[in-house]
Amino acid sequence: MSIIETRNLNLYYGQHHALLDINVDIEENSITAFIGPSGCGKSTFLRTLNRMNDMIPNVKITGTVKVAGEDIYQSGVDVEILRKRVGMVFQQPNPFPKSIYDNITFGPKLHGVTNRHELDEIVEKSLKAAALWDEVKDVLKKPAYGLSGGQQQRLCIARALAVNPQILLMDEPTSALDPISTAKIEELLDELKETYTIVIVTHNMQQAARISDKTAFFLNGELVEYDATPVIFQNPSDKRTEDYITGRFG
Amino acid sequence: MVPGVLFSSSLITVLTTVGIVLVLLTETVAFFGEVSIIEFITSDRWTPQFADKHFGILPLLVGTMMITVIASLVALPIGLATAIYLSEYAPERVRKVVKPILEVLAGVPTIVYGYFALTFVTPLIRSLIPETSIYNALSASIVVGIMILPMVASLSEDAMLAVPRKLRDGAFALGATRFEVALKVVVPAALSGIIASFVLALSRAIGETMIVTIAAGALAQVTFNPLESVQTMTAFIVNISLGDVEPGSIESKSIFAVGMTLFVLTLTLNLIAQFISRRYKEEY
Amino acid sequence: MTKLRKIKDVFFKWLFFAATAFGMLSLVVLVVDILYQGLPRLSWEFITNFPSFNPDKAGIKAAILGSVWVIGLTAPMALFLGVATALYLEEYAKKNWFTRLIQTNISNLAGVPSIIYGILGLALFVRAMKLGPSILAGAFTMALLVLPIVVVAAQEAIRAVPQTLRHGAYALGASKWQTIRGIVLPSAAPGILTGMILSLSRAIGETAPLVVVGAFVFVRFAPTDPLDKFTVLPIQIYSWVSQPKAAFHELAASGIIVLLIVLLLMNATAVLLRNKYQKRF
Repeated sequence: MSIIETRNLNLYYGQHHALLDINVDIEENSITAFIGPSGCGKSTFLRTLNRMNDMIPNVKITGTVKVAGEDIYQSGVDVEILRKRVGMVFQQPNPFPKSIYDNITFGPKLHGVTNRHELDEIVEKSLKAAALWDEVKDVLKKPAYGLSGGQQQRLCIARALAVNPQILLMDEPTSALDPISTAKIEELLDELKETYTIVIVTHNMQQAARISDKTAFFLNGELVEYDATPVIFQNPSDKRTEDYITGRFG
Repeated sequence: MVPGVLFSSSLITVLTTVGIVLVLLTETVAFFGEVSIIEFITSDRWTPQFADKHFGILPLLVGTMMITVIASLVALPIGLATAIYLSEYAPERVRKVVKPILEVLAGVPTIVYGYFALTFVTPLIRSLIPETSIYNALSASIVVGIMILPMVASLSEDAMLAVPRKLRDGAFALGATRFEVALKVVVPAALSGIIASFVLALSRAIGETMIVTIAAGALAQVTFNPLESVQTMTAFIVNISLGDVEPGSIESKSIFAVGMTLFVLTLTLNLIAQFISRRYKEEY
Repeated sequence: MTKLRKIKDVFFKWLFFAATAFGMLSLVVLVVDILYQGLPRLSWEFITNFPSFNPDKAGIKAAILGSVWVIGLTAPMALFLGVATALYLEEYAKKNWFTRLIQTNISNLAGVPSIIYGILGLALFVRAMKLGPSILAGAFTMALLVLPIVVVAAQEAIRAVPQTLRHGAYALGASKWQTIRGIVLPSAAPGILTGMILSLSRAIGETAPLVVVGAFVFVRFAPTDPLDKFTVLPIQIYSWVSQPKAAFHELAASGIIVLLIVLLLMNATAVLLRNKYQKRF
């Protein structure tokens, strides 16, 4: 069953038409990868799914985006609740300048969890889910900036999981990391998809091929091709997809 | 030759500091040759121009502190709120209007603020609270607050603008409202810069002269009632200077002793501000 | 729960906006109040008359001339010392403890209350150098007061000159000083000039240091010599503000209008300079 459905989604930055008629259905408990050269609109599209583009002035969006059947661009939609349901992890690890513990509890506290015991449980559960618990369980009160880049990114994943989202959007989450940290996070994603729906933007085609169930190829704001990952990488139907994955451009 | 000339010129700035310290020090030492340091610290009367002379700095300190505290109550919250509005809420076109106006506000000479305090704010206060003296601490300190507000706003805003966008994005993505992002992420992350701006503002308020000279009066007394007249350290120096000051007289020396106190106080605050912003420089 | 958060969000948005509006509003009220009080007495006679005990005949000629004298003498001193110091720090100084000391000292001087400069001027220029409460003593004092601002502005302007321009000159065989005089200074000139104007506009509004130096509050003659006694605009305004009679307060407001117009013109020049020469590199 699709948890995300977009229909005729167009996005404009002022005069610039950045996304053209995007129609995508994303299935629950799967990993979907968005690939394409930089500036193709894949990250912009990802950010329409939790309305992070709202923050940018002069952005206009038409068409519909449904998350679990609800049109998220309708008036009266609670953006804060939407973003709680649709978590996000960014390209650069962005822990807050607080302790590891306070990073994880930041979201739950916003959404009304105040019980100390409950917060402790959330911290442990989220850090375990992000495969970070064993490394940090004795230093929870230490600043998050003391962690390595890969640990920081897993902390950010844990922080996103702490508000109990259904969907996890990831915007090139490993591009700033070394290969070992990247491998750890890829492994982690495979486990997380049991519980969450994951949408990941990546500029690394091998990564998309390794981890995703379905892949969407974007070019110049258009969705060129969207299919099961093996099909995209072995038997693409569009010439442009083939050119891209065989490295002819981008 | 050229480097020599340039180097000598740059020494002028160092010599200025040396000059300030030496001048204040020698005259202050001379002052304490005539006045006991115990009296300076402990007496609660400051009457260098009366026949019955007393040299307790306390009334001037209390006057200065009262002005500074009330000015801070005006400038710190409003300045910080302005900074938050400008860095977190204001659309570009609003910023483009507000920033230059704040710059103008910062560039208004203090004599103009002094006039404003005496002829506008004071009558306003007296119409609300009739028992207020014409010269009163409240009016002067509110206007001192307005004067230092732009500095608090612009330095705090600089600190908040230095907080990277990715931190805000992280909080928004967790479902935080704009207010929560400002209060729980941006302000804590920029805290050292914000506090440094507060400390600098205090220092500026302590050194402010004309507003308090004009609006707060010249009555050196220990009072905690802002509706009464007080004299600050700076206002005392101006009041003595307006008369004929005989070099070598005790009045003349008292200017330097008060100046020394003022210098030490403001320098300490400035150094604290520098220490805070350097020591707690945020790394993102 | 979310409802409450949203209410808070909107409430604080307006609260922050109101705080911002407070600053704007203060400026508006201040300007309107001054115009309302000061415009009626603003006339050509007001500009050309000396001060008088009769408010209807009082004017600010002596103050304007005094301010022009003081600023006219302050400007070249501050410009020379400021640019020389900035050139030394940016182009010649080695990165050692002494350079850091000079730099730290400059930023500390910028935070010293202006009245302290007055005390320095009183002891050094008025008394030790026996200049008396003269224009020259006032100008020396003002030059030291604005020096830190000029140095910092000149440093920024010099730093903004791209290294490639310097290398271009060296590659043609220019000496270090030829490069500075021929390339660096002309390129940095607009920035230096802007900083200079802004610091002079600070000096022109300063009252306290000159009061301490001994400037007079009642001057009925035009100064003709740097060693003459003098008054300046803000001190003249102060002397009127401190009179109890309302008529003198109106004169003070008229004087403030003149002062603000001068400041406005100076700032407008600085902004024009900045806009004209912005982003040339």
